[in-house]
Amino acid sequence: MSEALTEQEITLTVNGEEHSLTVHPMKRLLDILREDLGLTGSKEGCGEGECGACAVHMDDKLVLGCTIPACQADGSEITTIEGLGDDGRITAIQEAFQKKGGSQCGICTPGMIMATTYYLDHPDSADSIREALSGNQCRCTGYKKIIDSVKEALQNL
Amino acid sequence: MSEELEVTTETAEKKQYRVVGKSLLHKNGIPKVTGEAKYIDDIPVENCLYGKTIRSPKPRGKIKEIIFKEGINWDEFVIVTPEDIPGENIVQLIRNQMPYLAEDEVKYRGEPVALIAHEDELMVEKALQHVEVVLKTENMPAMFSIDDALKSEDVQFENGLNTDEDNILCAFDIQDGDIEKGWEEADLVIEETYRTAAQEHLYIEPNGVIAEAHPGKSLTVDGSLQCPYYVQKAMVALFELEPEDVRIVQAETGGAFGGKEDFPSLLAGHAALLSWKANGQPVKMIYDREEDMLATTKRHPSRTVLKMGFKNDGTIVAMDMDFILNGGAYPTLTSTVLSRGILHSFGPYRIENVDLRSRATMTNSTPYGAFRGFGAPQSIFAMELHLNKAADKLGIDPAEIRRKNFLQKGDRMPTGQEIKEDVDLEFLMDKALEKSDYWKKIEGHQEFNSKNSTKKRGMGLSMFFHGSGFTGSGEETLASRLVVQLTDEKRLEILTSNVDFGQGIHTGFPQIAAETCNIPVEWVNVHQPDTGAVPDSGPTVASRSTYIVGRLIQLACEHLCERLQAKADLPEDFNEKDFQEAAGKYLSEFGNLQSEVQYSEPPDVRWDEESYRGEAYSGYAWSCDVFEVEVDLIDYRTQILDTVSTVECGQLINPSMAAGQIEGGIGQAIGYALYEYPIMDDGAMKNNQYSNYIIPTIGDIPDIDVEFIEFPYNNYGPYNAKGIGELPFDGPAPAIAGAVARALDGLFITEVPLLPEVIMEAIDSEVED
Repeated sequence: MSEALTEQEITLTVNGEEHSLTVHPMKRLLDILREDLGLTGSKEGCGEGECGACAVHMDDKLVLGCTIPACQADGSEITTIEGLGDDGRITAIQEAFQKKGGSQCGICTPGMIMATTYYLDHPDSADSIREALSGNQCRCTGYKKIIDSVKEALQNL
Repeated sequence: MSEELEVTTETAEKKQYRVVGKSLLHKNGIPKVTGEAKYIDDIPVENCLYGKTIRSPKPRGKIKEIIFKEGINWDEFVIVTPEDIPGENIVQLIRNQMPYLAEDEVKYRGEPVALIAHEDELMVEKALQHVEVVLKTENMPAMFSIDDALKSEDVQFENGLNTDEDNILCAFDIQDGDIEKGWEEADLVIEETYRTAAQEHLYIEPNGVIAEAHPGKSLTVDGSLQCPYYVQKAMVALFELEPEDVRIVQAETGGAFGGKEDFPSLLAGHAALLSWKANGQPVKMIYDREEDMLATTKRHPSRTVLKMGFKNDGTIVAMDMDFILNGGAYPTLTSTVLSRGILHSFGPYRIENVDLRSRATMTNSTPYGAFRGFGAPQSIFAMELHLNKAADKLGIDPAEIRRKNFLQKGDRMPTGQEIKEDVDLEFLMDKALEKSDYWKKIEGHQEFNSKNSTKKRGMGLSMFFHGSGFTGSGEETLASRLVVQLTDEKRLEILTSNVDFGQGIHTGFPQIAAETCNIPVEWVNVHQPDTGAVPDSGPTVASRSTYIVGRLIQLACEHLCERLQAKADLPEDFNEKDFQEAAGKYLSEFGNLQSEVQYSEPPDVRWDEESYRGEAYSGYAWSCDVFEVEVDLIDYRTQILDTVSTVECGQLINPSMAAGQIEGGIGQAIGYALYEYPIMDDGAMKNNQYSNYIIPTIGDIPDIDVEFIEFPYNNYGPYNAKGIGELPFDGPAPAIAGAVARALDGLFITEVPLLPEVIMEAIDSEVED
């Protein structure tokens, strides 16, 4: 991390709540979420934008929290896994992952659900479920039950 | 009744249970889909230090000096070197040899030599750049591969188990029948050398622990781990504490696959040593991906020389094998991996004359350790591909050569173990062939391949078994203990050290208990794995949780009900209301009810370590995989078009979760067969980054078709269930390699992974020949 840059104030809205923070401009969005805001639902699997476990929504785009520096997140609106669902109720997508066995160890699950949520909100963003989830890796399921989960969620739309 | 998921199974006239056999949903599933589940790095720790490891830059050498350079205020750091270790500087495993910190000599690149910790995580990372480990490497050559170790005249390791060969950790042999007679009877003898590469577990959550150690008093470790009592045993020896002063708690674990079996003992020791030195200040050590891939154990690479004799009709008459694993720099669990490897090498076939030899070499590579399948995938790869090669030479189909040799009830394995269950392997195979449309596709591929010059298709299959539970007398030695107790709410709690990392045992265990006690499954809870609260029911490994520990739950529940019948008027036939009434009565009279059971070996299960004969496993699960592949002759990539797996694993406790195990195991094994290749540089992983180590994505794995079949048989598992976790890893690599050979018109490539460059070279060298 470059020491020449000094900390700066950024403002971002996370799950509907506005936060002003003084952070190093190259601090990763993932660390802001996990460390500064205590939102540990987004996971770090690789730290280089490969595994998808830290997927969140930023200004209505699907992004990876480990590849977004603070200065880029400044002024943005972020939704994390903790921001899904209303009044403590889980969403139909979360329900589908539980019902169809799409989550085993669970470490990839928040990222999978954020990517699925994005796909279902933006059906034109991918040609297939496989394409929509191609940036999210799972080591437990062989993907079959993840695909079943997304199909179930699509049916319940 | 809880919600359940529908899974199709084909079982004839089987007993229907009330709770067992139902696809109940994951008991701990909701916090995982909401992001609330707390994994080790999610647990907030106040006032904690961040620990890091100083590692050897070279694969072998004498440690001359560790230089802590200028530019860092080292007074702010906690520094641990071997002199700070209060007890034994050796990780407690099967053969104790690996130090927590190398004292005199380093044996592999990346070996830990010292530890540092600081309150500022970035500062520790920066400090690591200011440490230099100075080694004397003159006249200390390093060796990395199996071939290196076999020809090396430099002796690094002596006095292995069952061997006086230098640099060999251990050896196991199996001889049966008369091999010379076998060669005489053979119409065809073929010999081939097979190789499999290492494999990285790549659990999506790296290894991590949080330790708090109070000098001379007590310590607690929370971690991402499979075996809480392994870690406890290790900490007791490291710190010279009593077991009751060492508490190990499993945090939610984000994938393990064997990679969190032995390694967490080392990591827990490191974090606890730092905390001990810091007078009890908590220490967090979470590896990032690069460190995890560099420093942790991997699947053992293998080399198998297989020579077999066949009759013209495909009957196997002789099998001679030299099976070698690369153990790496320290013994870890290698001897048991080798043992499982040789005990699965002969496959589900009747072979009368065998001479099987196995060895594990010591090298200066990162220690290889436990990984799903545990030696079996390596030996099965050789055997299954060899059968295809023989079938090709004999002009018969790979399915038919297998059919000719299947084990049947009454047959004996080369270990002398009699097959007592009515195995119908033909049915298992034919079902898979039928579901995959095998025969029709083979015809279709002939046409497809003749018309396509750049794309070639092929079908491949494999038949295999996997033994449930520890090998040989392992379970008897382990003597697992388990408790089922009544709670104040007159319900049940299971106390077990077996952990749920997504495979679903904390859903399946209550199903077994609820079935046995005739109560709703919601009334059964599983205590968090915590050595301070649960007995040692053994490690979460070896396809043993359902089969061995599940049976203990059933027994403990039976005893508990008997107790209620004897002391609290529970009727002979009872329902859930009767149970609660009796439970209430018992509790008000006696205060509490704990039913504790301990594993004992079934009377007809005997294993003789000396002669290496007997019941190596008391139960086996059986399976057939069929793969359809397409090889592209422009870029030499192999794509899986279709995969079918038929599985016999006795009674399913939870069919959906069982299917999840099979699908997941096949997914990982597709990676093993096609993509995953740790590139070793000076014996340690060079491509230790997620972006440079390729695992299958959702685009690489087709919808895996799994069908369960049950052979009726009373086995030793709960409700006749068998172990299932590792079985699915055994079959895909040879089935895929067989399919590739068929696509390439009989060009057998005898190694995995089948990287594009491997296929390209094989085709090129065939053209040259």
